[in-house]
Amino acid sequence: MFTNAGTSSFTTFLSKVAPEMLPGRRPLPPGMAADMAPHATTIVAIAAAGGVVMAGDRRATMGNLIAQRDIEKVHPADAYSLVGIAGTAGIGIELMRLFQVELEHYEKIEGAMLSLDGKANRLASMIRGNLGAAMQGLAVVPLFAGFDLAASDPARAGRIFSFDVTGGPYEETGYDAIGSGSLFAKSALKKRFRAGLSIDDATRLAVEALYDAADDDTATGGPDLTRRIYPVVMTATADGTHRLTDAETATIAEGVVSGRMENPGG
Amino acid sequence: MAMQFYASPEQIMRDRSELARKGIARGRSAVVLSYDGGVLFVAENLSSTLHKVSEIYDRIGFAAVGRYNEFENLRRAGVRMADLNGLSYDRRDVTGLALANAYAQTLGAIFTEQSKPFEVEICVAEVGATPDDDSLYRVTYDGSVNDEPGRMAMGGQAEAITGVLKNEHRPEMTLSEAVRAAMKALSSVGGEGGAARTIAANQLEVAVLDRRRVGRTFRRVTGAALTALLDGEAEGDVAPAPGRAKTPTVPTEEAKKPTTSAGSADLEGNAEDKPAE
Repeated sequence: MFTNAGTSSFTTFLSKVAPEMLPGRRPLPPGMAADMAPHATTIVAIAAAGGVVMAGDRRATMGNLIAQRDIEKVHPADAYSLVGIAGTAGIGIELMRLFQVELEHYEKIEGAMLSLDGKANRLASMIRGNLGAAMQGLAVVPLFAGFDLAASDPARAGRIFSFDVTGGPYEETGYDAIGSGSLFAKSALKKRFRAGLSIDDATRLAVEALYDAADDDTATGGPDLTRRIYPVVMTATADGTHRLTDAETATIAEGVVSGRMENPGG
Repeated sequence: MAMQFYASPEQIMRDRSELARKGIARGRSAVVLSYDGGVLFVAENLSSTLHKVSEIYDRIGFAAVGRYNEFENLRRAGVRMADLNGLSYDRRDVTGLALANAYAQTLGAIFTEQSKPFEVEICVAEVGATPDDDSLYRVTYDGSVNDEPGRMAMGGQAEAITGVLKNEHRPEMTLSEAVRAAMKALSSVGGEGGAARTIAANQLEVAVLDRRRVGRTFRRVTGAALTALLDGEAEGDVAPAPGRAKTPTVPTEEAKKPTTSAGSADLEGNAEDKPAE
């Protein structure tokens, strides 16, 4: 089964040899299942000069309960791109792992990385595969961002793609947010975002936007100073993807919180 | 009615072996050896795009000699198997031994069941924490597997190359020493009257599995970095590929979470960027 000539795509290979491993291929009993599994919430992404920043809060909810305080929703997709997930956490994590293998697999088989648009399209088709489950309340919506190695202007190489449950990648200009708190995060970014921000400024802005989301959305977690749980912040630049250390995010989050002590509206 | 001649199974196997051996001996050779910082692959290859040496998984590499279409098929199969197992279980559960066994089964089945055997010889190498922990498996056209002691040569005149390699190789050599030893071994045969010859740097395909890296350890060494190693100018590390971060010396936090892709784990923990903790 491994030696048949064929595709460079890992999901296509899986659909032939182990279709049960693809999230969209499982038969589901009828009915709504929205409240049976934890939901991951807010992710923001900001294009900066020479790269892109993505940050996610740490809360997962189940109805009115907090299912997890320190879930990690922002991950590297490959060496130059990031993926964040909102929606049903279990399916989201599975999709994200599958997407990581998909990109790595293509790179190993073909000896070259997919283009950034190619990666976004691939993710879109994987989301589309989950449409049946999404209509029963188990939706997953990712946010994808990366450094485009083929960009003519390195300053504009940071690009962001959002998706809906039916797939459909939409390239966003400047910034975007997904998840339950995205309305508030996007409103905050709308007022504060400027083109050509430095990576450091964009990082701070991302944490500010997540604070605003947590301020108005109960499903989004703010910086947890007592337990020292802070947002996950990652960057993708010409040097590859990088996750800020806990110490670095702690400094940024504490700065944001102390700013809000004086002016709660930010 | 056509008359079927009887051929003994022994004769059939002998003929197939001869076909495979001849096919392999026609090709250019490759060597694989352990050195201080990892596992080194050096193959004589005139093409810069049709690779004889490739990445299979985080700590596993693949080298082959013989017919390109046949070993390319095996390489793809290996990548698929490794990625499927890594996704089903965990990245740490993908091992060189499992892969070598799978290759042995495949090649053994092809050798006995099909009219023409694969004219290939392959090496599955897994890098460990120290040179003693490295494992090199040689899988031949008939499906036999050998665990090699830190170095091996494949292809035409492999025995003569192995002889030179055995004299030159030490597990604690630096990368530059290892590349030069491999070069010396490969160029010891094939000259006029069996004499040594010179091989240009652009006819070599060189790659390493770097044991200090976390996540994906495979890297190709090309261009100026390779020339510097052959000249003995760069003793220690190879320069990272363009656009890649430098190798972290300590495993990063991300690396302890093998369920996430190691695709960029090696890029996330730039030791020099991190404040001392």
